[in-house]
Amino acid sequence: MSMNTVGRPTRPEVAVNDYIHPTLTGARGLLQDEALIFELDCWDKTGVDLPDAPPADDLGDLVRTAPIGLPGLSEPEAVRHYVRLSQKNHAIDLALYPLGSCTMKHNPRLNEKVARLPGFADIHPLQPQSTVQGAIELMDRLAHWLKTLTGMPAVALSPKAGAHGELCGLLAIRAAHEAAGNGHRKTVLAPTSAHGTNPATAAFCGYTVVEIAQTDDGRVDLADLESKLGDHVAAIMVTNPNTCGLFERDVVEIARLTHAAGAYFYCDGANFNAIVGRVRPGDLGVDAMHINLHKTFSTPHGGGGPGAGPVVLSAALAPFAPTPWVVSRDFGFKLVEEAEGPAAQAFGRMSAFHGQMGMFVRAYAYMLSHGADGLRQVAEDAVLNANYIKARLSDLMSPAFPNGPCMHEALFDDAWLEGTGVTTLDFAKAMIDEGFHPMTMYFPLVVHGAMLIEPTETESKQELDRFITALRALAGAAKGGEVDRFKGAPYHAPLKRLDETLAARKPRLRWKPVAVAPLAAE
Amino acid sequence: MRYLPLTPQDRADMLGVIGAESIDELFVDVPAVARRAGVVDLPLHAGELEVEREMLALSRRNRSASEGPFFVGAGAYRHHVPATVDHIIQRSEFLTSYTPYQPEIAQGTLQVLFEFQTQVAALTGMEVANASLYDGSTATAEAVMMATRVTRRGKAVLSGGVHPHYVGTVETLAHAAGVATERLAAAIDAEDAVIAAIDADTACVVVQTPNVFGTATDVTKIAQAAQAAGALLIVVTTEAVSFGLLKSPGEMGADIVVAEGQSIGNGLNYGGPYVGLFACKEKYVRQAPGRLCGETVDADGKRGFVLTLSTREQHIRRDKATSNICTNSGLCALAFSIHMSLLGEKGLRRLALVNHQKAVALRDALAAVPGVEILTPRFFNEFAIRLPVNAAEVVETLAANGVIAGVPFSRLEPGAGLDDVLLVAATETTPDLDITIFAKTLTKVLAR
Repeated sequence: MSMNTVGRPTRPEVAVNDYIHPTLTGARGLLQDEALIFELDCWDKTGVDLPDAPPADDLGDLVRTAPIGLPGLSEPEAVRHYVRLSQKNHAIDLALYPLGSCTMKHNPRLNEKVARLPGFADIHPLQPQSTVQGAIELMDRLAHWLKTLTGMPAVALSPKAGAHGELCGLLAIRAAHEAAGNGHRKTVLAPTSAHGTNPATAAFCGYTVVEIAQTDDGRVDLADLESKLGDHVAAIMVTNPNTCGLFERDVVEIARLTHAAGAYFYCDGANFNAIVGRVRPGDLGVDAMHINLHKTFSTPHGGGGPGAGPVVLSAALAPFAPTPWVVSRDFGFKLVEEAEGPAAQAFGRMSAFHGQMGMFVRAYAYMLSHGADGLRQVAEDAVLNANYIKARLSDLMSPAFPNGPCMHEALFDDAWLEGTGVTTLDFAKAMIDEGFHPMTMYFPLVVHGAMLIEPTETESKQELDRFITALRALAGAAKGGEVDRFKGAPYHAPLKRLDETLAARKPRLRWKPVAVAPLAAE
Repeated sequence: MRYLPLTPQDRADMLGVIGAESIDELFVDVPAVARRAGVVDLPLHAGELEVEREMLALSRRNRSASEGPFFVGAGAYRHHVPATVDHIIQRSEFLTSYTPYQPEIAQGTLQVLFEFQTQVAALTGMEVANASLYDGSTATAEAVMMATRVTRRGKAVLSGGVHPHYVGTVETLAHAAGVATERLAAAIDAEDAVIAAIDADTACVVVQTPNVFGTATDVTKIAQAAQAAGALLIVVTTEAVSFGLLKSPGEMGADIVVAEGQSIGNGLNYGGPYVGLFACKEKYVRQAPGRLCGETVDADGKRGFVLTLSTREQHIRRDKATSNICTNSGLCALAFSIHMSLLGEKGLRRLALVNHQKAVALRDALAAVPGVEILTPRFFNEFAIRLPVNAAEVVETLAANGVIAGVPFSRLEPGAGLDDVLLVAATETTPDLDITIFAKTLTKVLAR
């Protein structure tokens, strides 16, 4: 029996299965069972000390008199509430987070520090431009880096996320067509493997979406593309590297065919991380491409946002970029805010202000840290890591495209699970028990039971090996008939598998102050 | 390079496992014309010290709000954010997690979103709220698109009190989607004028309270008129703290409420990231944009939360989705929710009163300045004044004298013929002394 430093036994006499003996409180060791703030009986508290103020008698009937229904927590209660909740989240800082297409890389803390400098965090988007020259210069420098890295002449910084960038790109394309008398072009072509945001954005802009077929080796089918191009097509939307994790070998030809048909080439730049510093989209014939600063340039994902989606534009589309934009003058930097003068053809504005400045600061700090050489290394290591995973798992799992290298993500299908009784979903949930976040599953749609693994460049070889060892062990278990290990998974997460069907059938989208029966009993 | 863990030996070993001679072999699918041999023409990598020094130098060339008298609002407001908020949002588990697509290991984010939705619904007086949109302006555009789906009509009427940049954001999207917009001329106190513009094609009317000039309005009559004509009422608020003092849009009959949530928990950040609040009547929720978090149970019957009704969303419905939005403002929503939890109803009401009190003090001080006319009749923490001269020029002169005075309306809408109108705001962060300095400096500048 082992002893600790005070001489007490540390090993239990009998092995205890914690699944047979649930705890009495609902907590499990360090993991607390935490109620909603609305259930803490804190209706008359506040954690913010403020001076008294007289009633607003001048506002008469406009004053809110009915109870609002907001609980208040003292500072210690609030800290504990949120720290307890935080411990129920997986995070990059905890372990590899291989969500394909999401680029979950390390978020440098220097970027957080500089984004909080008062000169960036505590300035107003509408204070006089003469008082924020450093901020506007930062936007100009970020624009310079983005243009240089992509080989494109212009960039619109204001889109707030990738999908917002897609919208910006398509609106510029639409404006260019309208200006040229080609407003009748109402079709957008996109591969079946596209992110859902591509067809959704095109439809939002009033376009009809037609799908382009894919070849057996996971690329755009050129013959199919050519047959669908024509005078009715406004643009194609192609992701490159694509959502199968492959570089579109024929991308230059795709651009040529598209331009020959009078259409524009929108490139979904979600996967720019694979090529940054090595390939410039401008050299491939792209007309517009959004760059997710929260992917390639490491701004934190924050549990779902905020992002930032600047769009680089070709010379043909640049005049139609939305306001505001930055110009450099002899006396300093200026934000052009109105669609007049050089911005007369601007298609409008994407949002109230200039974009996600907090993300610009972080992304620019990241660019300076890596430099041109480091960014090239980012792409190379991201691609190397993905190919290493693919190489080490291909004997047990079935790669969707076994021939040739992948780019920054390795795609497997579920053929290798056939006959095991285990699905992609089961396998993903079992990964949770082994300490890893699942890969992206069932996307792209063109691959059956898809498992898309993107490790990113910020994983060490040791962490990759740990991940690979875990996946190999799980694959072995699946093939060895250990179905229970998968069907009920996860067993070790804060909660067991959640009933998403129930949530959608009886939507309960907020806490309500009346006592209601537990959902399951309804 | 400090962010890259692979050593040269690792790279060589891994290439060996892959069976590649060099890294270039992995990029073999890139067309020859696009292969770049060397690094692009940008500076090489830099240490943390050098980067921090450069960023600090850039930041010092900006005059921050805390440096002196500051009265800028018009859609973004300077408030005090408790230190707890910034500490919590920097916890790894919140900062470095993704959208909660695997709910079993994302209950932290999901429970926060459920609490956030409940808080937003309570503040706006609505039945349901979503898990946030990018900001107030894009939320307004999304609300207009949603109204066209609900009513199957194709026109939006916007009042002359809606922030011109919000109008611009709506018009940009509406134009592309083939939705007509009718925006009434900028007006300080005429939200009711939208009633006359409602017709059989009107999908929605969009009004703002407090509006861009600061005017607070009871929109009950507008709601009744809109709904009688089969249209929806969308109420916009750019200052979320006002929910603590003013009757909620829900109480006044709104169908959809959108707001900029930056004021609670989030700094100015030169325009972003902010957090768009979106709330509506429950019967319309299946037409709503953005993520929704809902309650459910796990396999053991324990309560848990998941993203739900996702058949509205782009990753399932693709070109039939209610919106193209994917990424939202998760971390800003968390900051909002923490700050709101700290305030509670008690703190929020008090904060709102302090804001109003400061603005009243500012009004009284500016009303005493010769040549200044107060234009806004009823306001929360922001109002418009008329100057005897061009407001943009006065703002520049005051800035040179250390006072950041506000927003000339002409900056928001150059053609409105309101070049002499200045929008000014005060919050709990405005010291009484700064109000005095503003009034004195303005008096001097106008006397020249």
